[in-house]
Amino acid sequence: MAPITLTHYLALSAALLLIGTIGVLTRRNIVIILMSIELILNAVNINLIAFSHYWHNVNGQIFAIFVITDAVAEAAVGLGILIALFRNKETVLADEVDLLKW
Amino acid sequence: MNFLDQIWLIPLFPLFGAAMMLLFGRKLDPQPPSDVAVVPGLDDLHDEHDPGHHHHGHTHENAHEHVTGHEHSHGGGLKALVSLLCPGMVLLSFIWSAGAVMQLANLPERSHQVIQFTWLAGMPFHMAGGRLATFSADWGFLLDPLSAVMILVVTGIGFLIHVYSIGYMAHDNGYYRFFGYLNLFVFFMLMLVLANNYALLFVGWEGVGLCSYLLIGFYFHKKSAADAGKKAFVVNRVGDAGFILGVLLMFSVLGTVKFVDVNQILRSGQFHAETAGFGVLSAMALLLFIGATGKSAQFPLYVWLPDAMEGPTPVSALIHAATMVTAGVYMVARSSALFQLTPQTSTIVASVGAFTAIFAATIALVQNDIKRVLAYSTVSQLGYMFLALGVGAYWVAIFHLFTHAFFKALLFLGSGSVIHAVGGEQDMRRMGALKNKIPITHWTMWVGSVAIAGIPGLAGFFSKDEILWQAYSSPQGSNVLYAVGLATAGLTAFYMWRLMNMTFYGKSRVAPEVEAHIHESPATMTVPLTVLAAGSILAGWIGTPKLWGLSGWFHGFEQWLEPAFASAAVEAAHEGAHNASTEWILMTVSVAFAIIGIAIARYCYHIRPEIPGAIEARCRPIHRTLLNKWYVDELYDFLFVNGFAKGGGTVLGAFDRNVIDGGVNGAGWLTRLSSSFSIWWDTWIVDGAVRLTSLLVKLSSYPVRIVQTGRVQAYALFVVVGALAFFGYYLAR
Repeated sequence: MAPITLTHYLALSAALLLIGTIGVLTRRNIVIILMSIELILNAVNINLIAFSHYWHNVNGQIFAIFVITDAVAEAAVGLGILIALFRNKETVLADEVDLLKW
Repeated sequence: MNFLDQIWLIPLFPLFGAAMMLLFGRKLDPQPPSDVAVVPGLDDLHDEHDPGHHHHGHTHENAHEHVTGHEHSHGGGLKALVSLLCPGMVLLSFIWSAGAVMQLANLPERSHQVIQFTWLAGMPFHMAGGRLATFSADWGFLLDPLSAVMILVVTGIGFLIHVYSIGYMAHDNGYYRFFGYLNLFVFFMLMLVLANNYALLFVGWEGVGLCSYLLIGFYFHKKSAADAGKKAFVVNRVGDAGFILGVLLMFSVLGTVKFVDVNQILRSGQFHAETAGFGVLSAMALLLFIGATGKSAQFPLYVWLPDAMEGPTPVSALIHAATMVTAGVYMVARSSALFQLTPQTSTIVASVGAFTAIFAATIALVQNDIKRVLAYSTVSQLGYMFLALGVGAYWVAIFHLFTHAFFKALLFLGSGSVIHAVGGEQDMRRMGALKNKIPITHWTMWVGSVAIAGIPGLAGFFSKDEILWQAYSSPQGSNVLYAVGLATAGLTAFYMWRLMNMTFYGKSRVAPEVEAHIHESPATMTVPLTVLAAGSILAGWIGTPKLWGLSGWFHGFEQWLEPAFASAAVEAAHEGAHNASTEWILMTVSVAFAIIGIAIARYCYHIRPEIPGAIEARCRPIHRTLLNKWYVDELYDFLFVNGFAKGGGTVLGAFDRNVIDGGVNGAGWLTRLSSSFSIWWDTWIVDGAVRLTSLLVKLSSYPVRIVQTGRVQAYALFVVVGALAFFGYYLAR
C-alpha cells in the first residue's frame, strides 16, 4: 500500500470543494446550502493542514483552527437569518427569496 | 451787602416762584380744573350763559361779581399765597437789581461780570481761518449800563404788571398757572439780558419764546388762542434760525461768543469796517438782525404780534409790549460793535425799521379792536427803535425802549381795565363815553396817549424826537428815513386819539345790559396804572435833548450808556455839522405833526363823527386793504401755509406717486422681469442638466439591472464562474 502523499490530500480537498460548490449552486434548501458551505470550508481546512504537515509549519494548523471558529460563527449567524426569514416568509428555499433585487 | 456779586440771584427769585407754582400749584388748587382740557365743556357752558364775555376768557366775571359776590370764596387761601409769592419774587429781583445798579454806578469802568461755572466747554472747533479754537460758554452774568437798564425795566415794569394781574386775573381759572408762567417769563427774560455771552442769551431768548407761546395760548380751549400761540412760535423759529446761524458764524470767525471778548476783538482794529462790500461781518450782522426781526416783530416777521393779543391783557403788556419784544432791540444794541463795522447791514436795519414803523401805523389807523390798535402801535414803535439802531444811535434806541416800556405797558393795562369794565368787550365800536365811569383808567390812558403821541414834556416826546433827529443828522441817516419817521409820528398821534375818542368820549355805544355793570377796576389794577402814568411823564426827563442845555440827571441816559457803546464820541464829532436852528425847526415840525394828528382824530371822531364813515365809503378799497392788514396774512397763508403746506403737499404727492412709487414699481417690474428669466434658466438649464444626468444614469442602468436577480445562488454562480474564468486564464497562459 502506497503511503498517503500530499497529492492525496489535495485531491480530497479538491473533491470536497467541488461537492460543496455544486451543493451551494444547485440545492434550494438554505439548510443544505449552509451545510455545503461547511464542506467548502473544510476543504480549505484539509488543504491548510496538509501543507502544514508537508512544510512542517504550524501556522497552517493555527489558521485551520481560526477557520473552524469562523465557521461556527458563520453557521450561527446563517441559521439566525434562516429562522428570521422563515418567520417572515414561511420559506427556507433560496429561489423564493429575491429581496436583494433592485 | 454786595449786590454786584449777587446778580446771579436776580433771575433765581422768579424761577423759584415759577417752580412753586408749576410744580405744586395744581395740587393746591381746590377748584375744578375746568381750565384744563380734562373737562373741556365746562368753560364753554359758562360762555353760553353770558355771551358778552366769552371774548376775553375771564368769563362770568361781571355778572357773577355783581349778582352773587361769592366769587372770591373758592381757593381764597391759595390765591392769597400766589398773589403774595409771585409778585413778591419779582419785587425781590427788582430790589436786587436796583442795589446792583447803584453799586455799578460807583465802579470806574461800569462793567461787572459774575461767572458761575463753565456751561458749555471743550468742543474743539476749526475757525474760519483754519485756527483751532475751543468752544466754550460760561454760565455767567454781565452787568453793564445796557443790561442795567434792561433788568430795571424787566423787574420794575414786571412787578407792576404782576400786581395788576392780581386784580385782572382774580376770577380766572388757572390763576396759579398764569402766575407760574409769568414768573417763568421774568426768569428767562432776566437770563436773556444778564447773560454774558450769546449762547446763554439764546437760552433766555428761547425761554421767553416758550413763555410767550404758553401765555398767548393761555385760554387754549379757544381755537383762535391756540392758533395764535402756534403762529407766534413758528414765526419766531424763522427768526431764531437766523440768530443761531449768526452766533455760529460769529464763533467761527471770531472764536468767541462772549460779549466782552467779541467787542474787544471788533474794536481792536483787526477787522475793518465793511463800507465797500458785503463781507462776512455784514452777513453775521444780518443773520443776527433776522433773529431780531422775529423776536421784535419787524417786517416781514411781525405777523405773530397782533395775533398774540389773544393772550390775557397783562401778558400783552409785559411780554408783547414792554419787555420780550424789545429783546431784539437789546440784542442788536448789544452787538453794536459789530453793526458799527457793517454799514450795509445797518442801512437794512434802518430801512426795515422805518418801513415797519409806517406800515404798522397805517394798519393801526383803522383797526377796531382796542388791543389790536395797541399791538400795531407796538410794532410801529419797535420799528422806531430799529430805525435808531440802524442809523447808529444805539443809546437812543434803548432810550425809546425805556420810555416805550412805560407808556405802552400803561396803555395796554389801561385797555385791559377798559375791557374789564365793559365785560370782555374789545371792539371799540361798542364802547364810548366811558370817561366819567372809569375816571382813573381814563386819566392814566390819557397820559399814556399824550406820551406816545410825542407832546413835549412827556416821555415819548424825548425819545421819539431824538430818534427823528438822529435819523436826520446821523451820517447813516437820510431825509427819507426822517420823513418816514415824521409821517409815522403823525399817524401815531392820530390812531391813539382815535382810540381815546372811540373809547372814552362821544356817545355811548355800549350794549345796554353791559352798561349797568360798568365799574372802575380794583386798586390792584389802578395803582399800577397810576405809577406807570407817573413814569410816562417822568421817564423821558433823563434824556433831554442836548440842545436844551440841561445837564446832570437831565441828560444822564446817554452818558450812562456811553461805556456800553463807545460810540458817543463819534456821534459828537459829526453833530456839530448841523446847526442848532435845524434841530429846533425839526423839533417844532414833529410836535406840529403830533398836534395835527390829534386834532384830526378829535375832529373826525368827536366833533363830526360822521366823517370817518364818509371817508370809508369814498375810499372803500383803501379802507379794506388797511382793515385787512394789507392782506399780508392772506399772502403768507397763500405763500407759506397753503403754498408750502398744501401746494407742497400736492407737489410732494405727485412726486411720491410718480417718482418714488414709480421707482419702487419700476424696481419691482425689473425684479419680476429678471426673475422670469431666472425661472426659465432654472427650469430648463439647471433642472434640465440634473434631469439629463438622471436620464442617462437610468438608461445606462437597464443592461446592468438584468444580472441583479436577487437570488443568492445566481450571485454565487457568478462568483464561481468568475473564479473559474480567472483560473482558466491563468492556466491557459
